[in-house]
Amino acid sequence: MSAITRPPSDSRLRRSPDIGQAPVGSDAEIRLAEIWESLPGWKGWLSTVDHKVIGLRYIVTAFVFLLIGGMEALIMRLQLAGPNLTLLTPEQYNQLFTMHGVTMIFLYALPILSGFSNYLWPLMLGSRDMTFPRLNALSYWIFLFAGIFMYASFPLGQAPNAGWFNYVPYSGPIYNTGPNIDVFALGMVLLGVSTTVGSVNFVVTLFKMRAPGMTINRVPILVWGTLTASVANLLVIPSVSLAFFLLWLDRQVGTHFFDVANGGKPLLWQHLFWIFGHPWVYAIVLPAMGIVSDALPTFCRRPLVGYAWVALATMATMLVGFEVWIHHMFATGLPAVALSIFGAASFVISIPSAVAVFAWIATIWLGTPVFKTPFLFFAGFVILFVIGGLSGVMTAAVPLDWQLNETYFIVAHLHYVLLGINVFPVVGGIYYWFPKFTGRMMDEKIGKWSFWVMFIGFNAGFFPMHLAGLLGMPRRIYTYSSRMGWDTVNLITSIGSFVFAIGVLIFLVNVAVSLRRGTRAGSNPWDAATLEWSVPSPPPAYNFAVIPHIASRHPLWEDRLNEGEGTGQSSLEKGYLLMEGRETIGTSPIDATPEIILKMPGDSATPFFVGLFLSLAFAGMLLHWWSFTGLMILSCIIALMVWMWPEKALAQRSPTDSSREAHV
Amino acid sequence: MSEARQLLDQPLPVGSEGKLAGGWWGIVALIVTEGSLFGYLLFSYFYLSSQAERHWPPEGLPSLLLPSINTAILIASSVFVWASEYCLARKRKRGSVVMMLVAIVLGALFVGIQLKEWSSKTYGMTSDLYGSLYFTITGFHMLHVVIGLVILLLLLAWISFRYFDEKRHAAITIGGIYWHFVDVVWLFVFTTLYLFPYM
Amino acid sequence: MGQSLSVLRPAAALALALPSPVNAAQAAEAPLNYFMRSYGPASEPTMYLGWVLAGLSVIIMLIISLLLIVALLRNRPSMDMRMIGPESGGLRWIYIGTGISTFILFGLVIYSLLVLDAVAKPPSTPAITVTVTGYDWWWRIEYEHDDPEQTVTTANELHIPVGEPVLIRLKSADVIHAFWVPTLAGKTQMIPGLINQQWIQADSPGIYAGQCAQFCGAGHARMSLEVVAESAEDFERWRNAQRRPVSSPFRPGSTGEFGQRLFMDRCGGCHAVRGTDAAGRHAPDLTHLNSRRWLAAGLLLNTPEDLMNWIVNAQRLKPGSRMPSIALSETEKSALSTYLSTLD
Repeated sequence: MSAITRPPSDSRLRRSPDIGQAPVGSDAEIRLAEIWESLPGWKGWLSTVDHKVIGLRYIVTAFVFLLIGGMEALIMRLQLAGPNLTLLTPEQYNQLFTMHGVTMIFLYALPILSGFSNYLWPLMLGSRDMTFPRLNALSYWIFLFAGIFMYASFPLGQAPNAGWFNYVPYSGPIYNTGPNIDVFALGMVLLGVSTTVGSVNFVVTLFKMRAPGMTINRVPILVWGTLTASVANLLVIPSVSLAFFLLWLDRQVGTHFFDVANGGKPLLWQHLFWIFGHPWVYAIVLPAMGIVSDALPTFCRRPLVGYAWVALATMATMLVGFEVWIHHMFATGLPAVALSIFGAASFVISIPSAVAVFAWIATIWLGTPVFKTPFLFFAGFVILFVIGGLSGVMTAAVPLDWQLNETYFIVAHLHYVLLGINVFPVVGGIYYWFPKFTGRMMDEKIGKWSFWVMFIGFNAGFFPMHLAGLLGMPRRIYTYSSRMGWDTVNLITSIGSFVFAIGVLIFLVNVAVSLRRGTRAGSNPWDAATLEWSVPSPPPAYNFAVIPHIASRHPLWEDRLNEGEGTGQSSLEKGYLLMEGRETIGTSPIDATPEIILKMPGDSATPFFVGLFLSLAFAGMLLHWWSFTGLMILSCIIALMVWMWPEKALAQRSPTDSSREAHV
Repeated sequence: MSEARQLLDQPLPVGSEGKLAGGWWGIVALIVTEGSLFGYLLFSYFYLSSQAERHWPPEGLPSLLLPSINTAILIASSVFVWASEYCLARKRKRGSVVMMLVAIVLGALFVGIQLKEWSSKTYGMTSDLYGSLYFTITGFHMLHVVIGLVILLLLLAWISFRYFDEKRHAAITIGGIYWHFVDVVWLFVFTTLYLFPYM
Repeated sequence: MGQSLSVLRPAAALALALPSPVNAAQAAEAPLNYFMRSYGPASEPTMYLGWVLAGLSVIIMLIISLLLIVALLRNRPSMDMRMIGPESGGLRWIYIGTGISTFILFGLVIYSLLVLDAVAKPPSTPAITVTVTGYDWWWRIEYEHDDPEQTVTTANELHIPVGEPVLIRLKSADVIHAFWVPTLAGKTQMIPGLINQQWIQADSPGIYAGQCAQFCGAGHARMSLEVVAESAEDFERWRNAQRRPVSSPFRPGSTGEFGQRLFMDRCGGCHAVRGTDAAGRHAPDLTHLNSRRWLAAGLLLNTPEDLMNWIVNAQRLKPGSRMPSIALSETEKSALSTYLSTLD
């Protein structure tokens, strides 16, 4: 190697990485494990930056929020099971439906997908971690603290109560005097920080961290989905964070942004909220659609039909998604010309969805389906996706939306979208990747029960909501009179929702049973095509003993595919060893040619402390403990300095520097 | 396989090198999202001002002299940050320290003048809608300047500790681009708050 | 376009009844059922649009379900599960499927824009303008007149003449509400600081239910209104009756007079009774209270018993409303009752 001709100090800045093999049990593999494994005990628990651990934490935490939000929904369904019931007071009902929405949309739907992507991205891309492992930890901790923050006032009976889109002036200082909305506003700003840093991490990881040879047209669709969602988050999260911050200023400082008496405009809130809100809806379904696009082919024994079209459709959805926020505001009295344009755009957005639907059906049709539990969830998802999509098309027609808007028709639509396109793929995804997560298979028999009970309960519960909406039932009413003709549909919905809940319970039982007694899974129990199935289950801390070299879209099916993107000879056993500390390879954004040896930071508790101090600063703002807030922000800055301090071990500093710190 | 072998078997830079560093990509992504934040702030300004019933701004046209000087100061400080990195890349560490120091002094001067500008206003954040907008937008920018100054101070410390040399100074590149962003955003803020009312 | 579609009415009734066990008769009774009922030109084209879209949706869903079921269950030559099918092929599915979808969507865009054009503006300039202001949680209804003496103010019951368009100016006194009388027209938000407009028209006399359609707080579920459409003569008669201030001088010392004093004392700060000292504007104008069918925005039927029940138990019946529960002795109750019974 040419390194011999260079002075030795140079290898710290530039070297030819060793290429070789590191089978399990070899010296090299043992050394890698030592380098990458976290410390045992609570110290390691607090400071780990392993994307797999963080990913699982995300999934578990988000699922807990799903269960909390689900219980809130069940209580509401009891209240609405018949006319004029008095289980809940109006105020209790309003807090429950608000927290249900906040929980499901902000604390469950995106975080669970971030969990999947955190766990799977490096494994799918052939990397040893995300680009910013510490940022990843920070993103999780802030998400957790923000979730706790938003629930802090719930036990006091002062939870947010103005609905998840929180329209002013009802959420403003005059009509909502308690701490309810402040908790929501500050919590959302805090959560926005978590989502933003998470999105930065995904975007940079996609562009920098793919295994050599994994050109941009070889990445799994889940990666496209999460990338699209993350780019959108970077562009629109500031809008909602700003809206909530301005609202907080109005409430606590006395500014006038939404203050009608002084020239403030309630519609400014609706614009800022929906500029964020609509892309967000796509952000919480596109990665889930990616889960299906990647996992469905495994059970059809053939690659996805129309990979390029589906990838393009994913991005096209988001591009159009930026232009349609007004369709949440059709009834605000905007001029008809503006409504026409936004209505037409809202129709257009279903074209990319059609691409995806026909790609999935073609994949099933042309393939040979294997009826395992995950497949049932993915196939069922296709139907729910179509129903949710069609009801969405109905609301795109402006005059019809003037009727449908704010009725149970919308509630039905959004639950078909969020449960159908998010929860079903997520549960299917858990069935699918559970062996990778834990090394054990989930039980098939209980699995099929869980699917059928969930699927039937879901449709029994939510399909009648369409009818309730067509019968004129407005959303967000805590009760109704029997002369309105809504008794039967509501009773059926309530029964269906409990059946659905039983299905979720069966799933949880399956998880619990399989964790202890599931049959052991090999590295690739489903005979799938993507890279995460090339490593042991569960994967070792370092993910890949050697960095694979990728020559096709389906590295594990190459021996059995003989045309198209299937051709090529990926090298999975032999590749870069990279073991001088935590290292992985950085590649070029499009062609994935090796560019740089990246030094990955070790475990660190600073992300936890930065997250903690930041969250405490927000708590101080809530309680008006201004000096405490100042102290926490200062602590946060100091922790960030520690975090950012350039390290020699990461080659962030000149290796020849002569400073006192040289011995570090 | 031998092709792949050829592709793989080359010397590569190690660690944080310039624009190949993860951090450089990260700061670009952060700038995208921060840029959007200012976009939404200015959108709010235009949305509310276009519907204002009274004349806008209510206190009459703002004076341009001091803010224009301040704008020039901020732009100059960006130039010095650039110069600091330029010196470092040419092995002139002392020059680099001096340039960075000047940039920080100019940045601090901007903060001082901006505080004076604030105190000369006859309205406050809560007195009317314009005041809320003015102080929130300039306040957000001020916050970014202060964060930028903390970053520049850290960079100054690290340069004087001789952490960096001509080959390895990604932190300067990364911190520097953030400062440039803060300065460019000011041009938009300045145009909106000071020049736009004259149009 | 709209009229030719009315033949679809029974078909749509079937479509609505079919997918669920809801009994069709009961469904048709739902007073807010805009999907099956339309009584004016501002909502009728929309109803047909709804039928076309719902019908198409059901058909498309059935086709896709069928495709999926066949894809899942069709017979295949048994093959080795280790085999992997080729990646190419199947693109025709995407081209044809997306092509047809695009074609249908394009048609729907045109159709929905035509409907928008049809319902956005009334066919002729409305002769009557009514201002409806949303309050937490009731509706002030004002028929303005150049002479303030001639202005009619009422609450929760909107009277319109049959067969002609009526312009509704929408305002809000506090938070965002939405005015929605589904069988006559779609909804429009009532946004503080902004005056929105919409128009309604009823083609036959009758009572049409409306409901606040934007979440506005604890009483949102209990904020309904009624539109009473009547012949031009009846409408004129009603309006003239509403214009009259009260003129019922009570004998000093009578129960009625005691009730009136009580009212001025306890109620007059918020409620107005034209022709007396009570001139509050925070609550419904009660000058012609007994001409209205409902109390408290559709909460209770307007009977003397329920009226007293409401006065004494307002906070229990409609928690959080501005109307306090008023403690009254039995004598006070009967006096107030007597007085209120004269407000017709």
